[in-house]
Amino acid sequence: MKSKKAAVSADMKAAELANKKSKWKLLGKQKVLILMSVPFVLYIILFRYIPLWGWTMAFQDYKPYKTFSQQDWVGMKWFIQLFKEKEFLLSLRNTVGMSLISTALGYITAILIAIFLNEVRYIGVKRFVQTVSYLPHFLSWVIVTGLVANVLVGDKTGILNGILLKLRLVKEPVQWLAIQKYFWHIIGWTYVWKEVGWNTIVYLGAMTAIDPCLYEAAQIDGCGRLRKIWHITLPGIKPTIIIMMIMSAGHILDANFEMPYLLQNGMIQDVAETIDIYVLKYGFKLSRYGLATAAGIFKNVVNILLLVIANGIAKKSGEERLI
Amino acid sequence: MDKKNQYYTARRQTLISNVIFDIIIYLVLAFVVVATVYPFWNTIAISFNDGLDSLTGGIKLLPRKWTLQNYTNLFQTPRIFQAGIISVTRTVLQTVLSVFCTCILAYALSRKEFVLRKPLTTILVISMYVNAGLIPGYMLIKNLHLLGKYSVYIIPCLVDIFNFILVRTYINGLPDSFVESARIDGANEFRIFLQIIMPLIVPSVAMVSLFTAVGAWNSWFDTYLYCSNKPKLHSLQYVLMSFLQASQNQSSNANDAGAMALAANSGASTSMVTPISIRSSITVVATLPILVVYPFVQKYFVVGMTIGGVKE
Repeated sequence: MKSKKAAVSADMKAAELANKKSKWKLLGKQKVLILMSVPFVLYIILFRYIPLWGWTMAFQDYKPYKTFSQQDWVGMKWFIQLFKEKEFLLSLRNTVGMSLISTALGYITAILIAIFLNEVRYIGVKRFVQTVSYLPHFLSWVIVTGLVANVLVGDKTGILNGILLKLRLVKEPVQWLAIQKYFWHIIGWTYVWKEVGWNTIVYLGAMTAIDPCLYEAAQIDGCGRLRKIWHITLPGIKPTIIIMMIMSAGHILDANFEMPYLLQNGMIQDVAETIDIYVLKYGFKLSRYGLATAAGIFKNVVNILLLVIANGIAKKSGEERLI
Repeated sequence: MDKKNQYYTARRQTLISNVIFDIIIYLVLAFVVVATVYPFWNTIAISFNDGLDSLTGGIKLLPRKWTLQNYTNLFQTPRIFQAGIISVTRTVLQTVLSVFCTCILAYALSRKEFVLRKPLTTILVISMYVNAGLIPGYMLIKNLHLLGKYSVYIIPCLVDIFNFILVRTYINGLPDSFVESARIDGANEFRIFLQIIMPLIVPSVAMVSLFTAVGAWNSWFDTYLYCSNKPKLHSLQYVLMSFLQASQNQSSNANDAGAMALAANSGASTSMVTPISIRSSITVVATLPILVVYPFVQKYFVVGMTIGGVKE
């Protein structure tokens, strides 16, 4: 028995050795495949990994006219300064606030609309609503911001003001884009407007994978439609919901740079500036490379940490996970 | 008899609740459709309305004073015409090159017998999560001497990792026998890719092309970062963005300045051009290509998204 095992393992070792040798041989035969892949991977290394070298700027008193060896090293100075600056702390708060509002609204609306679409029995109606609601996903934020600005015009010619005035919900036109407390909600609801249709695709896909027998069984047991949704549809798409949540955990500090940037004005700057805008402002307009790079590093490191943590929590609680 | 009655009332109740539920669903979905379409429709109506008249507001579904002046002005403005050419050419070039390169890479790394498959794929996938940030990225472009050049629109985005994963997953779903039989017939890998694989992966290529083209057409931030001092290289979205910013950072002065500059450029009568009409007509022009392409590619969404589902 033992000798058999030993023989098998010896065989396996020999096979492995042969495998290694033949791997090199194989590689020699796969020249075309190498030619088709390695240059592109080098390209990705150049454009995605080499810039990481620039992170050294966050630890230097970077001056563009000096060579790398001439730069003065300042240690963690810029990181410490970041957290002493009111503007950065504000932008951190705004980023997190906007992200949470957009993400929460995005989830709730997408799941709700997906469930509703799933309940529609006329395929034509379903297709039509889907076609229309996917469309804004393909528009640029510039265009979307233009449309939003058009809807939210501050006097009585604005679309939203017009509706509210007609319904007598407000007495005077509201200056939507000049009042701080509305800004995050405007960002959040615009995100919903642009992405809700597109976000339903994933959930609708998950719903088609639910076994129809479950619905039939529930029907026989006397479940109404609401109870079917609650006990079958929602548990059925739960893994998808969790995966989407893990993925968005890694983007909490990304907070959609473009719309706050395009919609900001002097009156609401305190609530509109995000980390990305901060980096742009300090890095490009004020040429404080060290500080801006430090802010960028902070953002990326926190994002990756959040992703890993969310993944870990999902793993521990026995749910689906991304990595 | 009593039992039968009970049965009927119960049934009527479920019927009524079903109907109420249906009504709620259709109302909500109708709201979604109206809320999605109306802002567009309104913008289109304004773009066909006389500029001065638009300022008084109240235009809803149809223009009050029909005119094509806004569009003729737009196309007579050299800046916007130039921007349109930049946007169209960069979209076409970037889409063709990027999709081709991404597909080659996806094919090579989909071959299970390829020895370097695992390490190379790992390098690519990790790069999705690594982001050096704005300033290091800018420094790279600067060191490569791409600043203020047209090639800055094409070179940095030749391979897209997300698209790579989509296409690779699609190729992995094809039976191996296609490739094997071609190999027995003596075709080399590149030829197999071009003549056997490419025709088979059309749905995923359509999907990836759409993503790339929309991304290229919609981008303005690269123009802003790398080419803002080269007016000849401004893209349509960038021009639209600068108009928007001018009217956002209020003081109607800035507004008027933009409009006046445009009017002076076009040599048309100033009275016709107002910021709101310029904005809406550029918005329509910048949206149009997407609206035109959209119905043709839409049927591939399902394919693309199910692949995405596999990946997730």
